[in-house]
Amino acid sequence: MQNSNLTSWGNYPKLKNKVYKFRDLDSLKNLLASNKIFIAYGNGRSYGDSALNEHIIYTKNWNYFLDFDEVNGILHVQSGVLLSEILDIIVPKGWFLKVTPGTKLITVGGAIASDVHGKNHHIEGCFSESVIEFNLMLPNGEIKNCQKNDELFLATAGGMGLTGIILDAKIALKKINSKNINQTTIKTKNLKETFEAFEKYSEMPYSVAWIDCLAKDKNIGRSLLMVGDFANDGDLNYKSKQKINIPFNLPSFLLNNITVKIFNWLYYHKNYKQIKTQKVEIDSFFYPLDSIDNWNRIYGSNGFTQYQFILPKEKSFSGLSEILEKIAESGKGSFLAVLKLYGKQNNNYLSFPIEGYSLALDFKIEDSLFKLLDDLDKIVVKYGGRIYLTKDSRVKKEFFKKGYPKIYKFKEIRSKNKMNDKFESLQSNRLGI
Amino acid sequence: MNYVLIIGAKSDIAKELARIYAMNNFNLILAGREINSLNDLSQDLKIRYKIDVQLVEFNITDFESHESFFNDLIIKPVGIILSAGFMTDQKVCEIDFDKSLNTINVNYVGAVSILNIFANLFEQNKNGFIIGISSVAGDRGRKANYIYGSAKAGFSAYLSGLRNRLYKSNVHVLTVKPGFVYTKMTEHLNLPEKLTAQPDEIAKDIFHAQQINIDVLYSKWLWKYIMLIIKHIPETIFKKLNI
Repeated sequence: MQNSNLTSWGNYPKLKNKVYKFRDLDSLKNLLASNKIFIAYGNGRSYGDSALNEHIIYTKNWNYFLDFDEVNGILHVQSGVLLSEILDIIVPKGWFLKVTPGTKLITVGGAIASDVHGKNHHIEGCFSESVIEFNLMLPNGEIKNCQKNDELFLATAGGMGLTGIILDAKIALKKINSKNINQTTIKTKNLKETFEAFEKYSEMPYSVAWIDCLAKDKNIGRSLLMVGDFANDGDLNYKSKQKINIPFNLPSFLLNNITVKIFNWLYYHKNYKQIKTQKVEIDSFFYPLDSIDNWNRIYGSNGFTQYQFILPKEKSFSGLSEILEKIAESGKGSFLAVLKLYGKQNNNYLSFPIEGYSLALDFKIEDSLFKLLDDLDKIVVKYGGRIYLTKDSRVKKEFFKKGYPKIYKFKEIRSKNKMNDKFESLQSNRLGI
Repeated sequence: MNYVLIIGAKSDIAKELARIYAMNNFNLILAGREINSLNDLSQDLKIRYKIDVQLVEFNITDFESHESFFNDLIIKPVGIILSAGFMTDQKVCEIDFDKSLNTINVNYVGAVSILNIFANLFEQNKNGFIIGISSVAGDRGRKANYIYGSAKAGFSAYLSGLRNRLYKSNVHVLTVKPGFVYTKMTEHLNLPEKLTAQPDEIAKDIFHAQQINIDVLYSKWLWKYIMLIIKHIPETIFKKLNI
């Protein structure tokens, strides 16, 4: 046990906690047999309070590679292995993750618990779609093998660590013939053009848009849409990029309406051409922010939150217009606003993606922020959307529930397996999950 | 490629040492009791670093077996890391001599027994390195931990003598004195965060120190100064303290 003050990526909320590690299954079982209530914590890259509580089971040391079938592209690893460690091994052999989020610094257990998605959600779905099976330790120490469509699979993938401790997983990989991606950037003038561009390029495997959320009036929704696919040049000589570090929290006043406006203006206008193509490497295409260690410190010591919601496709245009207008009006800008078109939703009870558009925005924590976000929640709910739990530290119970109709099924499984007596996070308590 | 032998390979520090040596292209011989428990680590090292890993059964307190353990090694290593250690509650040692004896046998007698053999090999080859993981507890006997501490003190003195002897034979001996480390051995203790290292930090320090031939390594580094102070407190005062 170690006294600590682990926080999540958003550095908000802050608390003191006790951290427990396990070295073998017996010690984990003994830990669960104590009268404490736990939540699993991987590499601390979820933004909100989903992996936080007083007693934390730290899984990052549970990180053995168990098997790598290089012929068929099947990897078996313990849950604490980072995606970055996986890439180091598999890319030189011509394999890539079927689904990867915008950071490779997350554990496999965390990827399953958040059922993360990436720029190819419209083609490959969520991370759990690439998971063949995993083992889960239940509150009583029993180990369950979970396969697709098992009730425990559906609850655990996207289940925010509230069903047990994910021990190891077998995942199917994607064949690649290059470490490079042919990327095309399309500059759009407004939301309508952005939507049209998404549709036009919907057959590209990877797509995501950076959106200028401070643009107003006729410019609302102007974006840079980036689409791409792996090159076919046989170059698999992959090495992780060198990193730069932000060594301490920057004063939070550095990020204000004016600096963000300037940044956004420059970022949007740095592309002269309407359409630009270039060849980039895996790390710059998928993980641009990973090259800056501790980038979360730019938001200052009070931390930040990422507000991410998704709206059903047919209502996305009106919903997003309304929300973007509200944000531009508030002047609380974010320079990392990301828009993405998603494919069909899966069967997991709490996975975030539904078919439609999602927007993610970072906001530094300040008193006046919460009112704005509550107002945005109302709009999201009005249009039939939902909030992403992996990013959240503040949504209210009633708004959350409206977005996730399968929550009742999830809670039923929690109580049937006595999971609610053993696994809780600040988030699950707040939302009554 | 050269092989490094790690004795007591099941420990948390040993696991991290195995990774750092593997990452730097050393093959490994991992020795410990119940080698089945090392299968997962061995598989992990092979997949991650594409090195050869051999697992060998070894019991540090079975002194008789050490000679044949050595003879049975088909490939002889270029370096040996002794990371086997045993610590139990001081109070238990005070009333149970078997526990005291085991503490001394694992941390000192067994270490001498196996290192004597490898020292002779390396001396003959005029090449090799020996890393002994001792402890800051060996720098001064304290009432809270003096059975363990005295065994480690013996081990530190042994390593110092060995270094002196092997210097002219081009064999480097590194004494490692970790302070607090978050390991299985200390899991039940409430350790001060600033003074306590993670096993991978210790492993990095050790690898680096071995590569540049440092003689005595404290890790974390500030333990060097903490122990400097503790060692210099006059005995008349020290005996009254609760540290």
